[in-house]
Amino acid sequence: MMMRMVLQRMGIGIVTLFVVSVIVFLMTSILPGDVANIVLGQSATPETLAAYRAEHGLDRPAYVRYFSWLGDMATGDLGVSKAGGATISSLIDSRIWNTVMMAGLVALISIPISILLGLWAAMHPGTWLDRGVTFGTLSTISVPEFFIATILVLVFAVQLKWLPSTLNLTGSETWLEWLRKLAMPLLTLVIVVSAQMIRMTRAGILNVMSSPYIEMAILKGVPRRRIILRHALHNAIGPIVNVIALNLAYLVSGVVIVETIFSYPGLAKLMIDGVQTRDLPLVQACAMIFCGTYVLLILIADIASILSNPRLRHPK
Amino acid sequence: MAQAEKEVLIAVDGLRISATSDEGQEIPIVKGVDFQVHKGEVVALIGESGSGKTTISLAALAYTKPGLHFAGGEVRLHGEDLLTMAPLKQRAIRGAKVAYLAQSAAATFNPALTIGEQVTESAVLHGIMDQASATQRAEELYHALELPDPDRIGHRYPHQVSGGQLQRLMAAMALCGKPDLMVLDEPTTALDVTTQIEVLKAFKKVIREENSAAIYVTHDLAVVAQIADHIVVLYNGEVMEQGTADQIINDPQHAYTKRLMEAVRPRPMAGMGTEVSGDHHRDIDNLEVRAMTAGYGGLVNGEPKFPILKDINVSVKNGHVVGVIGESGCGKSTLARVMAGMLPPARGDIILDGDTLAGSLQERELNELQKVQFVFQMADTALNPKKLIGDIIGRPLTFYHGLKGKEKHQKVAEILQLVELPAEFASRYPMELSGGQKQRINLARALAADPEVMLCDEVTSALDSIVGANVIKLLTSLRDKTGVSFMFISHDLSTVASFADEIVVLYAGRVVEQGPTDEVLEPPFHPYTRLLISSVPEMRLGWLEDTLQKREMAVGIARGVEITAKGCPFFNRCPQGIKGTCDEQVAPLLKLNAGHEINCHLTLEQLNQVETETRLALDGAAA
Repeated sequence: MMMRMVLQRMGIGIVTLFVVSVIVFLMTSILPGDVANIVLGQSATPETLAAYRAEHGLDRPAYVRYFSWLGDMATGDLGVSKAGGATISSLIDSRIWNTVMMAGLVALISIPISILLGLWAAMHPGTWLDRGVTFGTLSTISVPEFFIATILVLVFAVQLKWLPSTLNLTGSETWLEWLRKLAMPLLTLVIVVSAQMIRMTRAGILNVMSSPYIEMAILKGVPRRRIILRHALHNAIGPIVNVIALNLAYLVSGVVIVETIFSYPGLAKLMIDGVQTRDLPLVQACAMIFCGTYVLLILIADIASILSNPRLRHPK
Repeated sequence: MAQAEKEVLIAVDGLRISATSDEGQEIPIVKGVDFQVHKGEVVALIGESGSGKTTISLAALAYTKPGLHFAGGEVRLHGEDLLTMAPLKQRAIRGAKVAYLAQSAAATFNPALTIGEQVTESAVLHGIMDQASATQRAEELYHALELPDPDRIGHRYPHQVSGGQLQRLMAAMALCGKPDLMVLDEPTTALDVTTQIEVLKAFKKVIREENSAAIYVTHDLAVVAQIADHIVVLYNGEVMEQGTADQIINDPQHAYTKRLMEAVRPRPMAGMGTEVSGDHHRDIDNLEVRAMTAGYGGLVNGEPKFPILKDINVSVKNGHVVGVIGESGCGKSTLARVMAGMLPPARGDIILDGDTLAGSLQERELNELQKVQFVFQMADTALNPKKLIGDIIGRPLTFYHGLKGKEKHQKVAEILQLVELPAEFASRYPMELSGGQKQRINLARALAADPEVMLCDEVTSALDSIVGANVIKLLTSLRDKTGVSFMFISHDLSTVASFADEIVVLYAGRVVEQGPTDEVLEPPFHPYTRLLISSVPEMRLGWLEDTLQKREMAVGIARGVEITAKGCPFFNRCPQGIKGTCDEQVAPLLKLNAGHEINCHLTLEQLNQVETETRLALDGAAA
């Protein structure tokens, strides 16, 4: 039963990826002017355009181009950048680790902080710290990340002059310098992502805390700490993991904005640059990586909530 | 008295508990209650809902529900006051010295942890024993409580065992740490009569074997009579009367105790139902199902994937009350859902006033919808908490009859009067009403449609005996005033017997017996009907022991309802089952007098013979 549901979710995930690939392909196809126009420029004659198209297979019907593109993607051949001539794999390879590093660091910092703060708030409902957490998270949820980023720049770079407003990564920084440069983009994302997770952890635990089985645990003389960590968390963990995965998925879009604002040399920046230079194969490849990550995280969220249900894990 | 020599275990002295209103005012809930529990004694706290019995019982664990607080008095366990103890010491008492058993085991077991962990948790946490010996102790208790597969049941999760088993597992959870006192809060109220016997038997046995004392909270005097040594009668947070079980049951002094006794549902017997006057009779039946089969999960080869009801023939005559009884899982609610059009049947017809109805609600005409109304069990969930009572009752008036404005307002007042509530209630919200009042609104909503048939699904089951009895009284007067017919579903045979003109006994999705109330409640019985009737507790000391001697009890209780593909589904619980016949072939229909029908392989002589045997056996035991 459970295995079937997990496989079903994975199947849906794969189907979603296919749909996404069609959309990505179509979106980039309907942009005015194709690669031939861009590469050869305004002065190209219709003959040279046709010759270029024939050479790169651009004159084939859309569905043929789609499947050949999909086939290439699946085998790891992301093609050649139309602007500059480098392979897309090498372009992405130089950038993707920056992004993975940043997203990973954000996850590493925000998940434990969120769960601890959420649990803490749930353990002491109604105290000033709980109110503070509730107020703080609600405020940050209502504010978009570019606004938070701007405020941070205003405070830490312009007013206090503690941190640089843009990062010029040279590749030769020490750990500390590197962290100093990264501090603001990291902080922005941590704030944005954590708020929701803290709220959901708190709400999830408090929701369970009003169940009869928690009252039973109190009447059995179970200490409050154990009630929360063993009785309540076990039942709330499904929704919490779900929210974590969803927020990490949200990170994907957050990364795009933050990389642009701080001109951080990551994958998102690469994609935005690709859009500006009409480098369609590059945009397609980047978009597929982002969408794939998103779908994967949503899939993890789904599977986590299935696995956390004892009725499914232990059928009758 | 022997009791006086026994050691006092817990003494409740002038206990007062209050709530604080939004304006900061003190509202007394418990107003100075005194009683004592001696070692090895079961003290029952009885009273209707709102009497404060649960609140008082929780004081034995130094606990109050959120919003309440102790306002005075003492609760001394072994001479030490629990209420003024430090919180850490209070926690050390809970689960160790005093253990609690709640009404619904299904809600009190944590769904994410194994049963074994939860049963042994408090014994290990309080350092009474280590995990290994706690597990061993738990297994001994599973044996004592006659749970199936005692060596492995601890590894299971709560959803993997039945409701009756879970209730007994909760007893194991309470007993594991060898507490001095158990607090049992309505532990059998939510159960079927047959399961109730099984659980009562197990409780009584372990209480005796463990020599532990107990506070038993219930509104059911018949249950109290089986288990209590001492009874405290409560009303509105005060003790009305207390004494030995024998004295309270057989010689009640206080007027309120007498009233409680009167509200005890009499044993189902012939002659309890009211015969209907001829006024409402018509030639055709009001609502009828013929050869109906229904289930869930879609159709596979014309059969439901999960069949519930099979070949059902039931009819509700004009102005009649048809009672449907059976244990949970027998398909009672499914039958009502099919009739209401909420679940289209796989086969068979639904006939209203002689015309065949569409199986699904969406395809029925407005006037057909109006004629059949459904009343749900839980008024709490059936009534929209954000709507005024006037809007809830007014909605069907507008929807079916196009009433608006002043006319509607007037009609709402009339309907409120019909369910014996003041017209001012129209401007209140459901939350502001008591359980019994909400159930009246629930009925009023259905009445507003001006229906011909009302399908009432367990409408009195969640109410305590006095409130429930009043709702039955109301239903009877509604039937007389409006001529509306009822299908009345209940697992409580006594309630059905006091109200229904006809009874349909459902077992595992089949009708096993039906006919006029007086016929069904008189021998010959279908073996299942007999099991149900024997299981209804009587308000006399020693009834439980007598009943457990009966032949049908040996095989009948401690087994759940199973829907079988062939043969008679009751075979595995029937003391008279014929192997090779009953488990293979569908039971034939025995037509007795006056429309009384029994579906059974036994002959009329065989069914009657059991009656004589039982009587002889009982007489023999008495002599």
